[in-house]
Amino acid sequence: MSENVLVICEQRDGVLQKVSLELIGKGRELAEKTGQKVVALLMGDGIEKLARVLINHGADKVVYVEHEILKDYMTEPAAKAACAVIKDENPDIVLVGASSIGRDLAPRIAARIETGLTADCTSLTIDDETGEFLMTRPAFGGNIMATIICPQHRPQMATVRPGVMIACDEQPRDGEIKKFDVSFDPGDVTVEILETIKTTKKAKDITEAKILVSGGRGTGNKENFATLRELADVLGGEISASRAAVDLGYAEKDRQVGQTGKTVRPDVYFACGISGAIQHAAGMEESGLIFAINKNSSAPIFEIADVGIVGDMHKIIPKLTARLKKEMA
Amino acid sequence: MKIIVCIKQVPDTNEVKLDQETGVLIRDGVPSIINPDDLCGIEAALELKDKYGGHVTVITMGPPQADVALREALAMGCDAAHLISDRLFGGADTWATSKTLSGAIKKLGYDLIITGRQAIDGDTAQVGPQIAEHLGIPQVTYAQEIEKLENENAFVVLRQYEDRYQKIKIKAPALITALSTLNSPRYMSVGGIVAAYDELEVKTITYEDIKDFVEQKDIGLKGSPTRVKKSFTKTAKGKGELHEVPDDEAVEIIINKLKQHYVI
Repeated sequence: MSENVLVICEQRDGVLQKVSLELIGKGRELAEKTGQKVVALLMGDGIEKLARVLINHGADKVVYVEHEILKDYMTEPAAKAACAVIKDENPDIVLVGASSIGRDLAPRIAARIETGLTADCTSLTIDDETGEFLMTRPAFGGNIMATIICPQHRPQMATVRPGVMIACDEQPRDGEIKKFDVSFDPGDVTVEILETIKTTKKAKDITEAKILVSGGRGTGNKENFATLRELADVLGGEISASRAAVDLGYAEKDRQVGQTGKTVRPDVYFACGISGAIQHAAGMEESGLIFAINKNSSAPIFEIADVGIVGDMHKIIPKLTARLKKEMA
Repeated sequence: MKIIVCIKQVPDTNEVKLDQETGVLIRDGVPSIINPDDLCGIEAALELKDKYGGHVTVITMGPPQADVALREALAMGCDAAHLISDRLFGGADTWATSKTLSGAIKKLGYDLIITGRQAIDGDTAQVGPQIAEHLGIPQVTYAQEIEKLENENAFVVLRQYEDRYQKIKIKAPALITALSTLNSPRYMSVGGIVAAYDELEVKTITYEDIKDFVEQKDIGLKGSPTRVKKSFTKTAKGKGELHEVPDDEAVEIIINKLKQHYVI
């Protein structure tokens, strides 16, 4: 019988991705409810040292596959290794981060092992009565939620976007670390990575920011985003944007919050000149404290904001920034 | 070079409105469009054809109404269109959908398959990679640029990640998923529209046509490992406070709130 929760962890250049720790946190909760274990799968080259970090974040066991072919992510070697480990561990549940790597890998694995996969889940629970694994995700722009089950096939697979689940605090824990050998052959290299161009990350990823100052269509132009940047800088936050602002070229695509952008849950979110279409709300409504500034008193953003200000962001934001500078001096 | 582009007809979610009373989506009268990423997939295929020659076939799985989406693709310049439509295909999840599409693709033959990265109504991004898996061919997802190599039946794809790009070489037969930043899709031409409705035809593919390539147990609701247990309207969290006050007062309200929550 299949048992345990397997988390397929992601590392890039030997750095564990935050979403993996978040999924171990979630896996812990699910496993404790069913009396099972959390198993973390780690793939790469020279990554054994990361196993301890996974244990300290809540994994009971780490299975790692080490091979030079796994150094830089490629679909086929990763899929081959993951499927081999899944076959060996026979987990009941498999969780994968919905990053641009996880979303390349997870469907490939699910198709290969012939099981269902539910994308971008925002809630994962075990039904108290039936014991079913309930995977809930937004559908159709985020307003309708659908709870998906996978009744006949195992494992039950789900992907979760970064920032949705919460990682456990790191503390010394006991756990098993197991090396798993996969035999690769040249046929497993189905693509050739010619060049890797790292985008200089001046700005922090918006999913990692504690405070986000977000601009929408009402920002008016690209230059006005500098005003938002100033506010973000004073608060030690980052700037983000609605889809409309990105489509209009006010902000870069990687700043986009919402259904087709990123899901964020910062401690504080400022929605400035954002009407709050459901696509946007789906990506930010879990934020801790939501401020909304909008000229239109009937803007939907006020439905989800903790503090709504009907007014002109172009006047209020500079005043707020100046006032904060004084306050924090 | 034979290119197959997979598209999906989706409701234009930008046009979707909420019923203010019930919070339920109003779907009536919402126009259908070709999924934006898929439209870029069509454009990418047509650009490859313009440059290197070849034949572009566009396919979609859906109800008879999806014919319009295929005609639009023909009007843009695609050479052939197939509507994969059968009651037996109904209720399919991504697994069964990709199985069905891969069956049709096997029957049609291909060098390159292009799909959109994801559809705006479901956002799963699963069907592309799952087609590739069912066909046993390599994939590159999140394509930002696609170039064909001159003397080889291979492509160099600029693949986007959150923190990097990679130039990846992939040999045909292969599957590539297109980002909406890949290109600017061309408009339908007048001649193209005339051709799409008067000269070209949209052929329907039913299960009977592809039964040699996909088993009946793998299609439709029966072939779907996942089930929708329930769907519900999201309960909005209680509305917060709303202030319509002079700017300075608004600033003080924000400052006090930030202090209250120990942000400053």
